[in-house]
Amino acid sequence: MSATDEITETTEETVAPRGRGRGRPPRPRKPSTKTTSSPFGAMISAGTKGFLRDKTSLFFSFAFPLMFLLVFGLIFGDAGADKVKLGAVGDGQVISALESTGAVEYERYDSLDAALQAVKDGDIPAVVSMQGDQVQLRFAASDPTQAGIVQGLVAGVTDKLNVAAAGGSPTFQLDSQQVEDSSLKPIQYLAPGIMSWAVAVSAVFGVALTLVSWRKKQVLRRIRLAPVTTSTVLSSRLLVAVGIAVLQAILFIGVGMLPFFGLQLTGTWYLAIPVFLCGVLAFFSIGMFVGSFAKTEEAAQGMSNMIVLPMAFVSGTFFPSDSMPDWLNAVSKVLPLRHMNDGMLDFLVRGKGPEAMLLPCAVLLGFTAVVGFLASRIFRWED
Amino acid sequence: MTVTGGQPAITVRDIRMRYGDLQAVDGVSFDVAEGEFFGILGPNGAGKTTTLEIIEGLREPDSGEVTLLGQNPWPRNLSLLPRIGVQLQGSAFFEKLTAREQLETFGALYGIGPAKAGEYLELVGLTGKADTLEQQLSGGQRQRLSIACALVHDPDVVFLDEPTAALDPQARRNLWDVLRAIQERGKTIVYTTHYMDEAEILCDRVAVMDHGKILAMDPPATLVRGLDAPTHVILSIGALTVDEARSIDGADDVQQSDVSLQISTRNPAPVLSTLAQRGALDGLQVRTATLEDVFLDLTGREYRA
Repeated sequence: MSATDEITETTEETVAPRGRGRGRPPRPRKPSTKTTSSPFGAMISAGTKGFLRDKTSLFFSFAFPLMFLLVFGLIFGDAGADKVKLGAVGDGQVISALESTGAVEYERYDSLDAALQAVKDGDIPAVVSMQGDQVQLRFAASDPTQAGIVQGLVAGVTDKLNVAAAGGSPTFQLDSQQVEDSSLKPIQYLAPGIMSWAVAVSAVFGVALTLVSWRKKQVLRRIRLAPVTTSTVLSSRLLVAVGIAVLQAILFIGVGMLPFFGLQLTGTWYLAIPVFLCGVLAFFSIGMFVGSFAKTEEAAQGMSNMIVLPMAFVSGTFFPSDSMPDWLNAVSKVLPLRHMNDGMLDFLVRGKGPEAMLLPCAVLLGFTAVVGFLASRIFRWED
Repeated sequence: MTVTGGQPAITVRDIRMRYGDLQAVDGVSFDVAEGEFFGILGPNGAGKTTTLEIIEGLREPDSGEVTLLGQNPWPRNLSLLPRIGVQLQGSAFFEKLTAREQLETFGALYGIGPAKAGEYLELVGLTGKADTLEQQLSGGQRQRLSIACALVHDPDVVFLDEPTAALDPQARRNLWDVLRAIQERGKTIVYTTHYMDEAEILCDRVAVMDHGKILAMDPPATLVRGLDAPTHVILSIGALTVDEARSIDGADDVQQSDVSLQISTRNPAPVLSTLAQRGALDGLQVRTATLEDVFLDLTGREYRA
């Protein structure tokens, strides 16, 4: 650098002060010697770097939804997993058999009197005591449901042991098998729901803000002056959105599957991939629409919020959609997030077959076509 | 560089463009020869930018014809775009990329590999800022980067829209060197400015525009000479009395202010030799007519820069 350049640097600093960029400056790298490049690859690379270097977009794409997953996971973590609390005195076959049903949780007492006092105080609903062959059950009368459950459990276990001890075969054979019901443990709907929501947020906000800022900063005009087709520009940005969405999916499903949360995927989880991609497309088209319509970044942000936030609440992101009133459930059926969410649940945790792919994919693609068409009608290269 | 058979690089014929009530461009015609440094000069709102945008193919004129390198730039002409380089007014950059990455990305839009980026960083004197994020560059550095981005695909015709606007004097002079270097590479340059002094120094030919019309078009020296404006000889107060000054042969007019005495003349040589003989050269300044005076003469009003 020459001496005159040095002078320029110092005089110009007063015009444009440093330190406006929030991101960490990228590491210097060796100049490349490549002599050709594809516009498509360069646009993807520029979009990816722009995303990864922007702390705000990183936060709202990854950290923010992760916080929701943690908070909701902790709040609802125990729901549906309540065991019957039972006082236990002494030891024996019945006591251990009851424990192995997995339905009870013991609180140990040294004497029956102490345990009875605890029942009277309302600390525990019942106490079971075993002294030799004598099994005693004492329960609180205040909660008939609990009392019924406890009586049934203890009686069932005792009877079973009696039959076995008598050496005879029971007259009535009970065939009992587990059935997967549609009501899910919270983490089973929370993890896919929050993933879909995060993907929607990132795609809509990311695309809308990019489009508005490119228009404001004349990047769109500059691109228009280069020999690049519109489809190259669009498809490269779409690929960046898909890449971000895939990272989000890996993060949220991965965290959900940690032992602490205990998310369990079914064997057909991979059937969720087409629905997932159709979902990204649908939200990409919403982002295009918002980005084409809004004139400023603030407007784009507001519009995106107005679209994504209410949609997230009625689409089963934070609670199962079955628990909503019927009319709200019906309304949510026209929303893309609802169908993406349903598709995720169907394949990730409900284990449905390929035929269940049809409806969500069709709705999401139809949505993409309609909104994408509208976006192309109102698209502007410049203000 | 493709030579288009001795034809001008740019032909503009009677283009007109109206925005609502405002006739932004009102019948503009000119040619730009290959390798020429052509300046469009005028105050803000004169129609310079709109004229450039029509030639670049960003806008369709209401009427008139444009031929750019033998082709019509409107509608968007993908075969023409690689041959033109455009620096827009205000700089257009991708978010959060370094100077080198900006150049690489813009180059790649034309299929140019990243190897070229270093060469153009050097041309605009930004080699030391290659790995600095664009938003951390100063105004002048950003402007130079923006010009490099317009050049990286080695276009035949370069359009620069007020590249020196809002720069401090030192940064402007640095940029002049860059612009001269581009011309030496044989590029045709069309550029707009509202700095008269700059156009005078850089341009082979200038068109003076106001209210959407071209008022005059010639090499700057021809425009100034054609003005037949007097030369002003300025002296410190006390070097000469007003009466003494009036008595000098060739002095057309003499005016005295608080700090100086100004003799206006159309024949400066004898005036200066008389002053030298009398030893009255204290604080001597000689000011000849500039494009500024041309503008004043053409529009009848002060130039509003």
